[in-house]
Amino acid sequence: MLTRIEVGQKSPSTDSQARKILATLHETFGFSVAKLEKAATVSVYTLEMDLEGKEKERIARELLTDPITERYAIDAHLAAAAGDGSFDFLIEVGYKPGVTDNVGRSSREGISDLLGRPLADEDQVFTGRQFQFRGTLTRADAETIATKLLANPLIETYLIRSKQEWAAFPSLPKTSGKVAFEHKPEVRTIELPESDDALQRLSDEKVLALTIAEMRAIKAYYASAETRAHRALAGLPAEPTDVELEVLAQTWSEHCKHKIFAADIEYTDETGKRENISSLYKTYIKAATEKVRPKAPWLKSVFTDNAGIIAFTEEWDVSMKAETHNSPSALDPYGGAMTGIVGVNRDILGSGMGSRPIFNTDVFCFASPFYDKPIPEKLHHPRRIFKEVHRGVKDGGNESGIPTVNGSIVFDDRFLGKPLVFCGTGGLHPAVLNGMPSWQKTIEPGDRILMAGGRIGKDGIHGATFSSAALTEASPTSAVQIGDPITQKKLSDFLLEARDLGLYRFVTDNGAGGLSSSLGEMARETKGPSGIGGCKIHLDRAPLKYAGLDPWEILVSEAQERMSFAVPPDKLAAFLELARRRGVEASDLGEFSGDGLFEAYFQGKLACSLAMDFLHDGNPKLHLKARWTPPRHGEPPANFWASRDLKADALALLSALNICSKESWVRQYDHEVQGMSVIKPFVGEKADGPSDAAVVRPLYDRKEGLVVSHGIVPRYSDIDCYHMAACALDEAVRNAVAVGARPGTLAGLDNFCWPDPVESENTPDGQIKLAQLVRANQALYDYCVAYGLPLISGKDSMKNDYGRGKDKISVPPTLLFTVIGKIEDVEKTITMDAKAAGDVLYVLGLTRDEMGASEYFRQLGFTGNSVPKVDAVSALALYHRLADAIERGLVRSAHDCSDGGLFTAIAETCMAGRLGAKVDLAALPAAADAGPLPPGTKLFSESQSRFVITLAPQNRAAFEALFAGLPFSSIGQVTSGSDLEIRDGSSSAGAGLIFSAGLDEMFASWRRPLDW
Amino acid sequence: MGKPRIAIITGYGINSDNELAHSFALAGGDPRRVHINDLIARKPALSEFDIIAVPGGFSFGDHIASGRVFANKLKHSLAEDLAKAADRKIPMIGICNGFQVLVKLGILPGAAPATVAQGTGEPAASGAFVQTTTLTYNDSGRFEDRWCHLSGVPASKSIWTRGIERIYLPIRHGEGKFIPKDAETLAALKRNGQISLRYCTSAGEDPGEGQAAYPLNPNGSVDHVAGISSSDGLIFGLMPHPEAHMLATNHPQWQKLGLKGEGEGIRIFRNAVDYVRGSAL
Repeated sequence: MLTRIEVGQKSPSTDSQARKILATLHETFGFSVAKLEKAATVSVYTLEMDLEGKEKERIARELLTDPITERYAIDAHLAAAAGDGSFDFLIEVGYKPGVTDNVGRSSREGISDLLGRPLADEDQVFTGRQFQFRGTLTRADAETIATKLLANPLIETYLIRSKQEWAAFPSLPKTSGKVAFEHKPEVRTIELPESDDALQRLSDEKVLALTIAEMRAIKAYYASAETRAHRALAGLPAEPTDVELEVLAQTWSEHCKHKIFAADIEYTDETGKRENISSLYKTYIKAATEKVRPKAPWLKSVFTDNAGIIAFTEEWDVSMKAETHNSPSALDPYGGAMTGIVGVNRDILGSGMGSRPIFNTDVFCFASPFYDKPIPEKLHHPRRIFKEVHRGVKDGGNESGIPTVNGSIVFDDRFLGKPLVFCGTGGLHPAVLNGMPSWQKTIEPGDRILMAGGRIGKDGIHGATFSSAALTEASPTSAVQIGDPITQKKLSDFLLEARDLGLYRFVTDNGAGGLSSSLGEMARETKGPSGIGGCKIHLDRAPLKYAGLDPWEILVSEAQERMSFAVPPDKLAAFLELARRRGVEASDLGEFSGDGLFEAYFQGKLACSLAMDFLHDGNPKLHLKARWTPPRHGEPPANFWASRDLKADALALLSALNICSKESWVRQYDHEVQGMSVIKPFVGEKADGPSDAAVVRPLYDRKEGLVVSHGIVPRYSDIDCYHMAACALDEAVRNAVAVGARPGTLAGLDNFCWPDPVESENTPDGQIKLAQLVRANQALYDYCVAYGLPLISGKDSMKNDYGRGKDKISVPPTLLFTVIGKIEDVEKTITMDAKAAGDVLYVLGLTRDEMGASEYFRQLGFTGNSVPKVDAVSALALYHRLADAIERGLVRSAHDCSDGGLFTAIAETCMAGRLGAKVDLAALPAAADAGPLPPGTKLFSESQSRFVITLAPQNRAAFEALFAGLPFSSIGQVTSGSDLEIRDGSSSAGAGLIFSAGLDEMFASWRRPLDW
Repeated sequence: MGKPRIAIITGYGINSDNELAHSFALAGGDPRRVHINDLIARKPALSEFDIIAVPGGFSFGDHIASGRVFANKLKHSLAEDLAKAADRKIPMIGICNGFQVLVKLGILPGAAPATVAQGTGEPAASGAFVQTTTLTYNDSGRFEDRWCHLSGVPASKSIWTRGIERIYLPIRHGEGKFIPKDAETLAALKRNGQISLRYCTSAGEDPGEGQAAYPLNPNGSVDHVAGISSSDGLIFGLMPHPEAHMLATNHPQWQKLGLKGEGEGIRIFRNAVDYVRGSAL
């Protein structure tokens, strides 16, 4: 029986959602006020359960409606009650069957509490949202509003009613969101064809994403006498089952096996010199960490677990991981991004014996929200992507009770085809648990396989490689996952309790690849007598969201909010009992074994038996070619600076999307839940200056802290990815140093997001893109070793392209470099805002003519060639000295120079402090071998490893003594005024005054673009 | 007596429990984080505690409306124990989501003395909590994390805000706009000293009216109300987070101001701990 309850506001004054929608439609969609004069929102609940009239009334009145501000209608419409004329168009949006409906799930639990009885599995609540618009809008306008703002047709349905239609038939359908499809689950045998063509076709048709070499390897495995004998004995067909093929495809996927980073690469550099690289990962990333390891005794677990783990204090360790969730965020930006953040939270929960998430970081790369060219098919407008990704990460982080402490938003129109959504999380856990180091974990044969948390549905099967055309009204949505932070919060509270009680031996998360991936990895960790573990999974014991899933789907579904555990048999009862008391569903799916086989059963019958060594190590290596040819870009004309108005340029630069204030967006993240914050995203007199790095104090009664920061400069890839990577790394480090961190205590995380670098018909420039990847890795190695910076965790996403041929859009090669490190005393950390008039302003580090790919050049349509380069030796000396100065309390503020160069750094220092400054660029430290630089270059060059700092006059002597021998100089003074006055003493004109800009005008430019 | 025992309720998306526990410990209490399901099973029972705290968070994801589903759970599984606790005259606090829960449950502001004092002088019958105010969507339509200046209302009966003229705390919510049922409800709250904390300027003045008050009044709350109490002053709820200012280094400008040690928020918790100690004498 379906009951429909509508809840609306009594008065428009409390309908802030309607106001927000109206504002968006006026401001972004350009609807006039006459066209759209009024809007109202209504929540719709469809209850599929048997209820008496009185019960319906109680549910509506006591659970669903606020008695002060809201009203309701049961099996009737609020619109009718208001009489006709209340709207001209009504739009109602609901989820497609099978899409995660979090509000529906909470409503269901509320109804159960209210009625005082448990509900049956088939008793469900589906929610929808209704919007009523008044104005002269047309049906076409209503369609636009429905598809471009209110509903994502991929996961939602909508219906539109005009005033006339409503007058003729004032009723809306009661719609069940139940997944209804008739399918009898079964295991199928798949015959492997003979020819390469047919093998490749099979891979394509089944969305296995396996190459021909891999298909051949699989064919050879099944053809071997050993395999045949084993299968005959086990009662399996000689040919693979669909379960087996899917497990192989998942385990060998680029996402899980990192085949490009493991490939053999023949690299030819610009001089024609050839080099054979066997695995970028081993050659550069792992090698760098091994080289640095002796200097970093605090490393505990690197690269092997879900996250990197380092020591924090004697009793506590910290973990960190950063992930990307790009393709899902392109399709369903809200759900995709939310899944990104709650997914990386689970990586932390699954690190070592379980780590408690204590902070999130997020970095997004989008095309301009003001993009005004046609949007390619199937893509959303970047403004919508921006808003929805932001909302997804905001809801995911806030609802999980994890503060978002650091991040950034990078804009480049090449992110139109694929937005990049990086989500990072740090965790805290006891170094020793039940007498054992907590970063180590093992599994014994006989341990039970437990899955806890959410249920399995068709969510995220085959990740995002699906075609949306495959979706129909009645079919469950199979590709998109929506996070459910509350189910996960319950799961994580339970997990940490179970951890402390010693109720499990091993934990890992279910992310990409689902159970197949988590249990495959866990089977590998099982210590069998032969050294090779295995597992026996009973797929029909896994709880499902709805009936009808095939066994292979159960195994590879990426349904969210699930963790897998290895539980010793004697702890099983206690584990299940605690789960019950915490309202967490946990299921015993089988056991880990020591026989070297990955086995899955369905309804008691063996459906999959694969040799563990073949499953994990049987995939053939890729052999790829890379060739580097440096590009040559045009430079501005020789008389370029003569025609520039530097003040106008400087103010315009503050409005550049990569520089302007992101406050209105970042303020919507909870920055400080858990009470650890020491340096927040916003600092300064009015808490609106962008901090360089976050500092948190994980242990409330200790002075030790953690610093977190990042660097990312994809635009430098247009010149050379070697320097792009070097600059990203340096930016991350100097951001940390700016608040008081010390090199040598920092660890790095690398997240690569690349366009497809494998040469093919659709990627004719694959050799260049792969060369760019090689060069970025070379830089990582060089600078990690130079800085003594070990890498502890990383991830790569290698197919960030859209479309084919001339319509192809590839992201610029992008490396996000994150650092985390320990700070001995958080009470000595500093922020970037100028603190007091009369303080001396210094610049540390050399300014060179490095305008190539700078924000300034970008604004004017140039790329140039002089990309910033990092001088690691002098930078490191400077960083150590600055750390000394901050520790001794000599420095009042420090801000790193990055996007937009020196001017941006000084302007932000002044704005954040609500103080003025007088600056003379003539004193700027410059390279001895360089000629005099034009003032514009001094202001806007993006030379690396530089800081703007302020200090009290009485500390000058001590400070200058400390920096003797390093490039630094005093360039001015903080003033109590409200102007930033910039001179260049060497200039002949106007006594050297270049311009003077008021704080007000700088603020206006800086805030304008994204203050909505 | 020993240290007052404080129940910090957890579960279903509550998330500010660790820092709240530490804040109570700093204030001299003996906090214990207890899962709601354990309280329902009376292992332990609420009767074992001297102070009850409902922390901030996103119980049930703010689905339907903030605090509503958790309030519904309390109402149908713990109402009796809560009413007994109120009868025992022990202090209770709800912060942010906890405040939303207590308001939607009707424990706050609770029955006014005028309506219950018909002869008996006893509070309204247990379980007869009626919702007379609400906390709804911010006027801005968005969740915000923002530090706010607050002034203690001199006439407030709340034992939690005793001696507090001004305090600086962050708000972190999307549904913090306080609305009373009608003008009379607000007038009664004022009359009874149940308005405890109000948003103000850095100089302690009223933030102005309507849009002009934003962001000093961050959500559009009627009369700039940020916190209210029961008529006996024991039960207190507020949208800002005192536990988020437990350490001086939580203050956004602590470096510039040279702040060290304990944060301002602890004053609120110390008031309740001291009250319990005082009443035990």
